Amino acid sequence: MSAPLLEIRGLTRTFGGGRRWFRPNQPGVQAIQGIDLDVMRGETLGIVGESGCGKSTLARLLVGLDTPSNGTIHYAGDDLQQLRSQDRHALARRIQYVFQDPLSSLNPRKRIRDILAAPLYYLRGLEGQALERRLGELMEMVNLRPEFISRYPHEFSGGQAQRIGIARALAGDPELLVLDEPVSALDVSIQAQVLQLLRRLKDELDLTYLFISHDLSVVETISDRIAVMYFGRIIEQAPTYRLFRSPSHPYTRVLLDSAPIPGGPPIQAEAGTAELPDPLAPPPGCAFAPRCSRAQEDCRQAVPPLDNMSPDGDHRAACIHPIKETWQRIVTQSPRESRG
Amino acid sequence: MMAFVKLIARNRLAAFGGIILLLIILLVLITPWLPLADPNVTDTANRLLPPFSDNHLLGTDALGRDILSRLLWGTQISLAVGLAASLVAALVGSTIGIVAGYFGGRTDNTLMRGIDMLMAFPYILLALAIVAVLGPGLMNALYAIAIVNIPFFARNIRGVTVGIAHREFIDAARLSGKGNLRILTSEILPNVLPVIIITLSTTVGWMILETAGLSFLGLGAQPPQADLGSMLGEGRKMMLNAPHVATVPGLMIFLLVMSINLLGDGIRDALDPRLKSGALSRPAPFTRIRRRRNSLPDPVNGNALLSVERLQTDFEVGHETYRAVNDVSFAIHPNECLGLVGESGSGKSVTALSLLGLVASPPGIITGGRVALEGRDLLDLPPRDIRRIRGKDIAYVFQDPLSTLHPLFRVGDQLVEAIRQHQPMSHAEAHERAVSLLEQVRIPNPERRAEQYPHELSGGMRQRVGIAMALANDPQLIVADEPTTALDVTVQAQILKLIQSLRREKGSAVLFITHDFGVVSQICDRVAVMYAGRIVEIGPTQAILDTPRHPYTRRLIDCVPRLGEPDNEPDAIPGLPPAANHIPEGCAFAERCHLVEDACRQGDIELIATDADRQVRCIKPLSVTEPSTPGVSR
Repeated sequence: MSAPLLEIRGLTRTFGGGRRWFRPNQPGVQAIQGIDLDVMRGETLGIVGESGCGKSTLARLLVGLDTPSNGTIHYAGDDLQQLRSQDRHALARRIQYVFQDPLSSLNPRKRIRDILAAPLYYLRGLEGQALERRLGELMEMVNLRPEFISRYPHEFSGGQAQRIGIARALAGDPELLVLDEPVSALDVSIQAQVLQLLRRLKDELDLTYLFISHDLSVVETISDRIAVMYFGRIIEQAPTYRLFRSPSHPYTRVLLDSAPIPGGPPIQAEAGTAELPDPLAPPPGCAFAPRCSRAQEDCRQAVPPLDNMSPDGDHRAACIHPIKETWQRIVTQSPRESRG
Repeated sequence: MMAFVKLIARNRLAAFGGIILLLIILLVLITPWLPLADPNVTDTANRLLPPFSDNHLLGTDALGRDILSRLLWGTQISLAVGLAASLVAALVGSTIGIVAGYFGGRTDNTLMRGIDMLMAFPYILLALAIVAVLGPGLMNALYAIAIVNIPFFARNIRGVTVGIAHREFIDAARLSGKGNLRILTSEILPNVLPVIIITLSTTVGWMILETAGLSFLGLGAQPPQADLGSMLGEGRKMMLNAPHVATVPGLMIFLLVMSINLLGDGIRDALDPRLKSGALSRPAPFTRIRRRRNSLPDPVNGNALLSVERLQTDFEVGHETYRAVNDVSFAIHPNECLGLVGESGSGKSVTALSLLGLVASPPGIITGGRVALEGRDLLDLPPRDIRRIRGKDIAYVFQDPLSTLHPLFRVGDQLVEAIRQHQPMSHAEAHERAVSLLEQVRIPNPERRAEQYPHELSGGMRQRVGIAMALANDPQLIVADEPTTALDVTVQAQILKLIQSLRREKGSAVLFITHDFGVVSQICDRVAVMYAGRIVEIGPTQAILDTPRHPYTRRLIDCVPRLGEPDNEPDAIPGLPPAANHIPEGCAFAERCHLVEDACRQGDIELIATDADRQVRCIKPLSVTEPSTPGVSR
């Protein structure tokens, strides 16, 4: 197996409180708690989780918009923080970011030309003719008419604005794109257009994607591998087909069972009012235990490690009592879930 | 730029101020070439001549100097000093504000505490102190006025910058390789510039007054130099025997400051985005109704709870008319759940808001149709009767409960208010009912939760409160506008389940607005698909999902990714929906439809019945026999 493009080890980000996060007398909110994750070159890794699980914080750490409190990120063997301190642009040339809200990520008082020219000029040093040519290429790449380049952002629809956001991210010729909910703000018909575009660009430009979304079905269509996050931790990761065939963590099952499919079977709702734990007073042990129907005493003792669920080691789940049965929407109506 | 000038010109007062200011400035600019006496030459023989004397149009002062000449030269100096002081204050203050707002943290603290110290003194006292230290003189007065006004700019600009510095496009600029300095000048400055100009235009007048004030006290312009303040100061001593000496500069100060302030207010109104969007124009309590067509058919759905017929709602902005709801008809039967599905801009929310005249007016106008609740046309009712129906017979649940619940009242009290609006009940009784409502929407610990404020609840909990409020008066119909869109999928599942079971218990009907076909198939009995303000297909949910008749419905279903089918790549619809002010003739979807033919672009395409309970707005609806695309046929 080749070395991963991105190697994340023990990544932690604490907000508020002290930097020394393990001291109990300095409580802070741990948005990310010791994440280990590898991203292979050329793959699309999906990251799924609900609001507040830390997926956006993870994205901001990766592109250098935020600095980890602890842990390391290595990009193709180089330490990300060192890379950042050596050259302000080194990181931006390799990893780029696509924002969730396409319109608010474009300066309302700048023309598209200025928005796209900035990364070309500052990251790649292009000027004059070369810059113009590249601008034309970028617009063509994301299927936008060349005359759009002298317009202002408010003249575009959400889908078009997101294409511009993607073009800007691609302008610096990055190898890795971190896409933070790139289609969540778009209508379904436009969403499919943008997903198609992303798929095509990945093939044409040999990109690696880290695709973050709360929408399982979107992540499923685009990802080779999926990592599920809950409360700042990765609780399960597996190749896409395996995750959907046999999700091991009860939380993954809850997610799958709650997603409505057009014409699909009835969704399963959790009983009671299941909510995220209080980040200022996290529960001991597994953070999902208070919501989990399978939780036992040992779940509340210590945080379960990310264990292998398959012999080849590419399916891991952080659960002491993982579910072994395969998942199928219609058959999941085991007594504990079919209520009401 | 031209638009901006026009916008100001539309404001009569601002235009008036602008013209006066322009005249004064013109007069002051040509002063050196006017045949005027030297303003500083004394002529004691002709002292204190009244206005309209020979050679002295406005008379002379105590030393026999020509007042007209002194007035024009003095105005020039006052204007120049006032403007210069404003510009200095704007430059320094805005720089401090932008830097403090952008960098935040320690930089912000240090700079803004310095500004706070400046603000701790009464400003005229501070200006006096500064002049006292620097010594009297026009330049020193200028510095003093500028320094005193720096805090206004710094605080204003800092506030705006803080809002902009956390916007995503700043992060994007950083990732584009821009450094801090470049982000400040090329990303933030263009966005705060309007605020700087607004602040400037509203403070110049003040600054001129303050300069005049210092000169009046003898700390500004030194004799024999004339400025408006010092002229006023000299004239004050002979108010009784020669009032014109003080009145003339006083009038000029009045004209100058008034014209600048009128113009400044006009500029502010033209630049401020909140004022531009009409946030200050109070919407009417009921949407304006201007129905032209009176020949509506008699109600057909005799047993329907709510029947909407040929409803039409427009937005009139300037000269453009945006047709948001175009000839929409549907009926909801008691205890039925009708889904209204469409993409953003399809008119589904405006349809829902039009039912009870909740579309903001201006710019919304209901231009046609009928909304009949149990046979009674709601659009004909006087506002008082409509208010009785709002929240009682028909209740709304909105998408974002955080913005629909009042942040300063406890959720229990808001429920009590909703109950007591329609039911004669004591506060204690209503509170009891509020708690039981919270219990009905499965909120644990309802007594304690009723005492909490909206921000203390999670998104799912808030939406439960929103539903409880809708249930408060046992409505016959609940209009739920994207009630689960802002929620996480696990919470959405719970809320959907809650709505289902409440519908069973209470027997109320639901109009469920959503863009998500997955949600529709979970909860709706029937579904109406909207496109460009029209219903393009309506029928039982399962039938529409299995065999959509309209090409748009089919393609909309096909572009939803389906969980558990990773190989089924969703199929995109090319193109964009038409703009609501340029809806084409014929079928609005024709542009994007792969089955389009010439007839699609001609005439008005009616909703036709294909099956007993289904209707479609298409001249060649997809037939039952046509093989459906893979991935949907199951």
